[in-house]
Amino acid sequence: MLIWTVLRRLIYSIILVVAVLVLNFLLIHLAPGDPADVIAGEMGGATEEVMASIRKAYGLDQPLYVQLWVYLKNAAGGDLGQSFFYNAPVLDLILSRVGATLLLVFTALGFAIVAGTALGVIASRKPTGIVSNLVTVLSVIGYSAPIFWTGIMLIIVFASLIPLFPISNMYDVTKDVGPVGYVFDVAHHLVLPAFTLGIVYLAQYSRLTRASMLEVLGSDYIRTARAKGVSERKVYGRHALRNAVLPIITIAGLQFGGIVSGAVLVETVFNWPGLGTLAFDSILARDYPTILGILFFSAVIVIIANLITDLLYRVADPRIRMAK
Amino acid sequence: MTVIETRDESLPRAEHPAAEAWRIFRSRPAALFGLLLLGIIVLISLLGPYIYAVDPFEIVWAPLTPPFETETAILGTDNLGRDMLAGLIVGGRATLLVGITAALITIIIGILVGALAGYYLGWVDDVFMRITEFFQVLPPLLFAMVLVTLFTPSLPVVAISIGVVSWPATARLARAEFMRIRGLEYVSAGRSIGARDGRLIWRVILPNALAPLIVSATLTIGVAILFEAGLSFLGLSDPNTMSWGLMIGSGRQYILDAWWVVTLPGAMIFLTVLGVSLIGDGLNDAFNPKLRER
Repeated sequence: MLIWTVLRRLIYSIILVVAVLVLNFLLIHLAPGDPADVIAGEMGGATEEVMASIRKAYGLDQPLYVQLWVYLKNAAGGDLGQSFFYNAPVLDLILSRVGATLLLVFTALGFAIVAGTALGVIASRKPTGIVSNLVTVLSVIGYSAPIFWTGIMLIIVFASLIPLFPISNMYDVTKDVGPVGYVFDVAHHLVLPAFTLGIVYLAQYSRLTRASMLEVLGSDYIRTARAKGVSERKVYGRHALRNAVLPIITIAGLQFGGIVSGAVLVETVFNWPGLGTLAFDSILARDYPTILGILFFSAVIVIIANLITDLLYRVADPRIRMAK
Repeated sequence: MTVIETRDESLPRAEHPAAEAWRIFRSRPAALFGLLLLGIIVLISLLGPYIYAVDPFEIVWAPLTPPFETETAILGTDNLGRDMLAGLIVGGRATLLVGITAALITIIIGILVGALAGYYLGWVDDVFMRITEFFQVLPPLLFAMVLVTLFTPSLPVVAISIGVVSWPATARLARAEFMRIRGLEYVSAGRSIGARDGRLIWRVILPNALAPLIVSATLTIGVAILFEAGLSFLGLSDPNTMSWGLMIGSGRQYILDAWWVVTLPGAMIFLTVLGVSLIGDGLNDAFNPKLRER
């Protein structure tokens, strides 16, 4: 039954979320030094009163399991702690930034999947042709170049040589352009960061598409389709591509954590105001509650992404839906 | 007693698997290029500092001098006036060391978890796979950032952190291989003559599962180097050891005024990882006869 599968996956996801919280809690206590110091951050801004209130709020004078319980209870109520650097609740900080990160991640992913599949299909038509070799070379280069380095190379090119795209921030604060202009402005600013993040995965997906297309094209049912006179376009579009796209969706879902990681670096390079720049700033400030909050929140995003991929896959592929 | 020669010398001699793999590897220009590239970089890192004996921390010329402007620092200077060339030559040591150590940690944890899960199956598999899945939902770079921030950035901490966040993929691969091989006849044969689990896991199955794991280990070195570079770019590298990552981290604010401060160490990392990836691809072809035609 589909409903039971969904329910089971849902419960499992919740357990994972709790596990991430427990990990965060353990990290605070495993780190060298007083947990209250860790929670307050090492900014020196924390007075004795603040420290005392932290000890009380987190129950640091209580046994460890009581502390864990308090921590989990706070988190369940949406309290991920207080950032002493920004002087704001961690959850508010994260919520104000998460939209920018998701915009970047999904644009990059969409670009990588569409362009990667297209390149892979073209390459598979002539496995030893120029496009095919180009895909192989590009994928090795895309895989080997540090992502922030690619971004910096683009900045150097687009800052002075070809000033076509903005190299920093998400929108131009000096211009008042109205809501429609704002959307275009953000899209304009999005080009370089999304391209930088997407190109790593574009490389992988084009290679994967090429490989799975070649495999599918060699299979019996394609030969049957060709034998009964189905046009080459339909063989590629209808029969082969459909089967070749499934592994890409699986991989994209599995890689979501890695993509979020890449976004951290890309955001830092392009000063994109998302979770990545927040994480970078918090690390400079030793603002532990914020860093741990970001780790938790991005893990939750990955868990949700995995859940959705899994369910989509079940709906899309009847063989998996029937099994168990 | 006479020894009877049973082999017919007119038949072609069966090639040793390692020899066959090397023959295929050798026939790949890309793989050989990767080997050459990595070889040169390793040589420069090991011997270079003796030939070009300039202290990479010493201030030799005006800050942010472009390349080819002064003979004192032929590749220019960084934001503090330190010789870029000296940093590039000696910086590979720390980067390669962290990359290889982190890859070793990744492989050891991955094989250990994957082998036990894939061999014993049942509840052992369940427990290990739940742990693996748990680690897979944590964005690796963010997790490593947290670990390095909480426990001061030093080379061992960076290497261990990278290892701790990147083993799940290796574990899954090892598990799949162990699950496949444990059902094969020679494992059952080993079991039937009374071989213990430990012997079957490490002496019988592991050697046969090694080919894909070696490929994955090679690629893991590349991933680990990229990781180290990423952490360094965010300012999370050992400030007391010269590395390409440290050069990138300290140069990141100056990219618009001085293109070389990040471009050059970044290019070294790119070339190193490129070499490692090409070798990994070549090994993959060499160990995977089925994929050879592609």
